[in-house]
Amino acid sequence: MQVTMSVNGEEVTKEIEGRLLLVHFIRDHLGLTGTHWGCDTSNCGTCVVWMDDEPVKSCTVLAAMAGGRTVRTVEGLEVDGVLDPVQQGFIECHGLQCGFCTPGMMMTARALLDENPNPSEEEIREAISGQICRCTGYSTIIRSIQWAAAKEAETPVTVGSAS
Amino acid sequence: MTAVEPDTAKPEGFVDNDEKPVGYGRMLRKEDPRFVRGLGKYCDDVELPGMLHLAILRSPFAHAKINGIDASAAQAHPKVKAVITGADLAEQGLAWMPTLSNDVQAVLATDKVRFQGQEVAFVVAEDRYSARDALELIEVDYEAIDPVIDVRKALDPDMPVIRDDLEDKTDNHCFDWETGDEEATNAVFDKADVVVSEDIVYPRVHPAPMETCGCVADVERVDGKLTLWSTTQAPHAHRTVYALVAGLPEHKIRVIAPDIGGGFGNKVPIYPGYVCAIVASLVIGKPVKWMEDRTENLVSTGFARDYIMRGEIAATKDGKILGIRTNVLADHGAFNGTAAPVKYPAGFFGVFTGSYDIEAAHCKMTAVYTNKAPGGMAYACSFRITEAVYLVERIVDCLAYELDMDPAELRLKNFIQPDQFPYESKTGWVYDSGDYEPTMRKAMDMAGYEELRREQAEKRERGELMGIGISFFTEAVGAGPRKDMDILGLGMADGCELRIHPTGKAVVRLSVKTQGQGHETTFAQIVAEEIGIPPADIDVVHGDTDNTPFGLGTYGSRSTPVSGAAAALVARKVRDKAQIIASGMLEVSVADLEWDKGSFHVKGDPSQSVTIADIAMKAHGAGDLPEGIEGGLEAQICYNPDNLTYPFGAYICVVDIDPGTAEVKVRRFIAVDDCGTQINPMIIEGQVHGGLADGVGMALMEMIAFDEDGNCLGGSLMDYLIPTAMEVPDWETGHTVTPSPHHPIGAKGIGESATVGSPPAIVNAVVDALKPYNVRHADMPLTPSRVWEAMQGTLQPPI
Ligand code: FES
Ligand code: FES
Repeated sequence: MQVTMSVNGEEVTKEIEGRLLLVHFIRDHLGLTGTHWGCDTSNCGTCVVWMDDEPVKSCTVLAAMAGGRTVRTVEGLEVDGVLDPVQQGFIECHGLQCGFCTPGMMMTARALLDENPNPSEEEIREAISGQICRCTGYSTIIRSIQWAAAKEAETPVTVGSAS
Repeated sequence: MTAVEPDTAKPEGFVDNDEKPVGYGRMLRKEDPRFVRGLGKYCDDVELPGMLHLAILRSPFAHAKINGIDASAAQAHPKVKAVITGADLAEQGLAWMPTLSNDVQAVLATDKVRFQGQEVAFVVAEDRYSARDALELIEVDYEAIDPVIDVRKALDPDMPVIRDDLEDKTDNHCFDWETGDEEATNAVFDKADVVVSEDIVYPRVHPAPMETCGCVADVERVDGKLTLWSTTQAPHAHRTVYALVAGLPEHKIRVIAPDIGGGFGNKVPIYPGYVCAIVASLVIGKPVKWMEDRTENLVSTGFARDYIMRGEIAATKDGKILGIRTNVLADHGAFNGTAAPVKYPAGFFGVFTGSYDIEAAHCKMTAVYTNKAPGGMAYACSFRITEAVYLVERIVDCLAYELDMDPAELRLKNFIQPDQFPYESKTGWVYDSGDYEPTMRKAMDMAGYEELRREQAEKRERGELMGIGISFFTEAVGAGPRKDMDILGLGMADGCELRIHPTGKAVVRLSVKTQGQGHETTFAQIVAEEIGIPPADIDVVHGDTDNTPFGLGTYGSRSTPVSGAAAALVARKVRDKAQIIASGMLEVSVADLEWDKGSFHVKGDPSQSVTIADIAMKAHGAGDLPEGIEGGLEAQICYNPDNLTYPFGAYICVVDIDPGTAEVKVRRFIAVDDCGTQINPMIIEGQVHGGLADGVGMALMEMIAFDEDGNCLGGSLMDYLIPTAMEVPDWETGHTVTPSPHHPIGAKGIGESATVGSPPAIVNAVVDALKPYNVRHADMPLTPSRVWEAMQGTLQPPI
């Protein structure tokens, strides 16, 4: 079947199998390998992308279901060569080690801050609770997101949409 | 408003690296800019023209004879290029491969399957979905055999023999091992006022890195060279093993470990899947990718622990510990896949005497085969130290319980004293340096220990369950001296090469490989500190056997102790040569020069100086160099450590237990670590945090369990629970610094201290909380149901 969607602001059309998962579509068909895959049961969250501004686990969505929708991946966070404050926060606060969970964590963090610019520690923990990081123990991820929130409060930035 | 606390982001006592010209300090990681952009290159991101996909058929049975395999339907699948069975591999002599413990393991089963999830056949197809479709088309005729699952019964005379592939094997015995002095230990136990015994289980757990294992094998058709992109923590060791097993000449093998999504020991062994992919590429002449799924990772790759320990401790009535002895029954699964130096079948379990000065110790261990996945590697620890530390820190708490003594006081009373270092333990381990009491006191201060105890007493009055758990651990990391330590005959040394380019920039090449530890940053810092070139100007190359010197890789916290030493020493070697060239440039003798982190100047006249960049240009440029000096500015060394390094730490955990649901909440966790000289405190803190979360997982949630038929009950992340941000507290970390006397920069390993030290602190806290129920011990994982049973007095061991 044929599927058309917007990915990071660009329209793509591909011939696919109906059973193809969105995560494999993004990785194997579009070559956007920043989105990862880590489990068979929707538990790890390394695959989180946005579908119409909502974070989703792309291993649990068929590519066909994303037809006609807007998808944003980690590759779409940096705009015109400027890192999103969330990306910068992860660097500043050592929010990553192996980097495997990081794209998914950052996509969730970006969505959280768009909705709630000043989340509490508890709200951040809740937001990333569907995602696993085996390396950091989470404190530095939380600090990274707090860093981004603080940064944005200082210098409001226009982020949060794929276009 | 949300503030980023400078204190937590920047540990005490350290300036930012960019406030100093070179070297150690908090420096942001050089690898992060690619990762935050999604531009990391992990194994599954490798995409080659014409690449095919491999999927493995695995056994549903724990123990069964294979009567036959019919692969014809799979072969007929239009997108399938090959189906290979054990019989096919046997024809090439490739059906079996050596494990890291000199045992053998089936690549694909030929005679019978020995654990659920064992590799039986593989399919190579045009895409990953078709490869998996074709697995469904393979018919295997299995004949079930009674499995050996209960480790306690594995040596019973009527048990089926799992390893009938081994000549004359008539039982399921794997090995016996012993350390310490039995007679002396029995003597101190006989004279002791108090002897406490406890059965302590460390259940089977799995490292479960977020990236599963896999590889891409590409055999060049013309010159036969194999390039293997592989999730390996030890690329050089793997290459040599492939050369020995597959008979490929070693110079025709290039192993590339690209970015790795966490290892924790899981990516040390060679798995059948890697060998299958190599065979497939050889046979088909195309690149072949194999990536396991999560279930495959959990059910078939290296597990950790699985020790059933009887711990005994002898002491005087006022709390002086005299001796420790233990009997261990170790479950090694179907093949002995333990990754440990050859002379250490039980790894470094011998450090079970912990941080205490005692009179005698003894350990007897029996290891057995069962119908479970092979493994027994170190999951974020230096070879079985996690089990040893858990045993001693648990049994010391049991002693405190019996003596009705504060567990902190009991530990303080028995520590090895600073003037006793280097300290030879009663099992023969020479602890390089330590000063335990200040570390312990610091943790107690940070925790507000006295206040916590007061709070606990008040809460107990009200029937609330609050527990405070302590552990004090000493690790032995940085394997290891080649006189004692090798893996499959390969000495545990590491090479390092440093080249200064003509313009004063540098490249350093390592034999070790990061899986997230930040080598690209810390190794640049180590070299920067020695040679005076900013870390930003030093490129770190690693994880590619064609482009790095030989060495044994990253596991057991050995990168800084071994490879870090190599990096410092190779930089000093280059600096020595630079000094000779500088003496020629400044026309003074070598002895008249002083080093100034980045330049040499004439003693007494700082205006007369040359920088490393000046010297590098001279070394590569025109004109004469001093007598006997070759051009260029580079060096290579291979570092063989004199001893292991012995990092230590004091951990305090505070838990609250809901008396209605028995749910444990880790309220606070204080970790004070001493890893000697600190290179990058930000990275050290991160390593500690990660290990603490692992500890929460093992203590409260994680276990690979089996039913009586040998079905693995932990085969997905829905069943094998890993902590999320909801189950862990905000960590409170601190440090002390006791340098290693034998390491060139005084550093010790840190990567795994917290995984080792935290489980006993958490379990001790839970048991402490349950004191009103007269609980002295409760085995992990302390899930609500198990804690509830402990409260009812009905808790059984988990295996
Ligand atoms: S891959 Fe694990 S949740 Fe999607
Ligand atoms: S950084 Fe490795 S899993 Fe999160």
